[in-house]
Amino acid sequence: MSSSGTYNTPCAACKFLRRKCMPGCTFAPYFPPEEPQKFFNVHKIFGASNVTKILNEVLPSQREDAVNSLAYEAEARIRDPVYGCVGTISNLQRQVQHLQKELDAANANLIRYGCGAYSSNALNSLGVVMDNPLIAAQIPIQPSLTARPRPAPVGDGLGGGFYQNYPLPYPLPWSDTDHYANGGEGGGGGGGGRGGQM
Amino acid sequence: MSSSATGTSRCAACRNQRRRCPTDCIFSPHFPSTDPERFDAVHRIYGASKVAKMLEEIPPEMRGPAANALHFEAKCRIRDPVYGCVGIISTLNEEIRDTGTELAKLRARVAFLASGAQERQLGQDYTIVDDHWTEQQQIGNVVL
Repeated sequence: MSSSGTYNTPCAACKFLRRKCMPGCTFAPYFPPEEPQKFFNVHKIFGASNVTKILNEVLPSQREDAVNSLAYEAEARIRDPVYGCVGTISNLQRQVQHLQKELDAANANLIRYGCGAYSSNALNSLGVVMDNPLIAAQIPIQPSLTARPRPAPVGDGLGGGFYQNYPLPYPLPWSDTDHYANGGEGGGGGGGGRGGQM
Repeated sequence: MSSSATGTSRCAACRNQRRRCPTDCIFSPHFPSTDPERFDAVHRIYGASKVAKMLEEIPPEMRGPAANALHFEAKCRIRDPVYGCVGIISTLNEEIRDTGTELAKLRARVAFLASGAQERQLGQDYTIVDDHWTEQQQIGNVVL
């Protein structure tokens, strides 16, 4: 926050842009002089005028969140100039996939123990007949028998498959690389053909 | 693809900027005229000059994925001006947290059931041993 008093400390934006920080400066509440890197990153990726446009589109109560998310995106883009935030989304998606597999395996184990299953050797030596038809038939427990409903793939399964409970606005552009550079195979770019399907 | 000779097949970027599309236009491989929405989105959020600068800093073979990622982020920001694609990251983190909690609970339950099953198994093994000895004693008696 720019301080008031006999001398106004310019906000990080006005300091960077080398201009006078006027009272009521749009950037001053969100780019304090103690955080120069924040505005530097946002300016590098989005530009000051685009940031102003975005801030004017949102309610004043939402502007701080908007600036923080822009700063996050800008920093991600500077760290990874090719994928930016989309790289982060990819990593998180892989973690979700891994956890889902672990969950399926744990559910399968739960069903196995819940049915009171034993190894077939132990069953034979005990002479015990189990009522559970799965055990009697020695049918291996399938992951599909897990209690947790599995999300069905959406479309081509490009990232949308795991988001029936947490839907993505658009499919992630993983397989859509170099379509245009290779001679324009596809119509929509980056999954744009889906037009906001969730 | 762009053609500088006729000027009728400008890429979406040059069409938007109302300028001639040179043969080495940095936008034309990634923003074809057939998909004007793609460039409109990135232009609206980043601006043409920022996009050009970002693409120039990347090796040519990686510009396609970069353009796709920029397009995705721009669409997310247009759809959600407050959070953009950071909203997706929050959602994913939430899902990881929820799934992790569920997994921990399930594993604890499985461990509990597994320990109970092991005890039952051990109890019945002793019964087998008892039966075996009983049988052996009977044979011994017959032999003797």
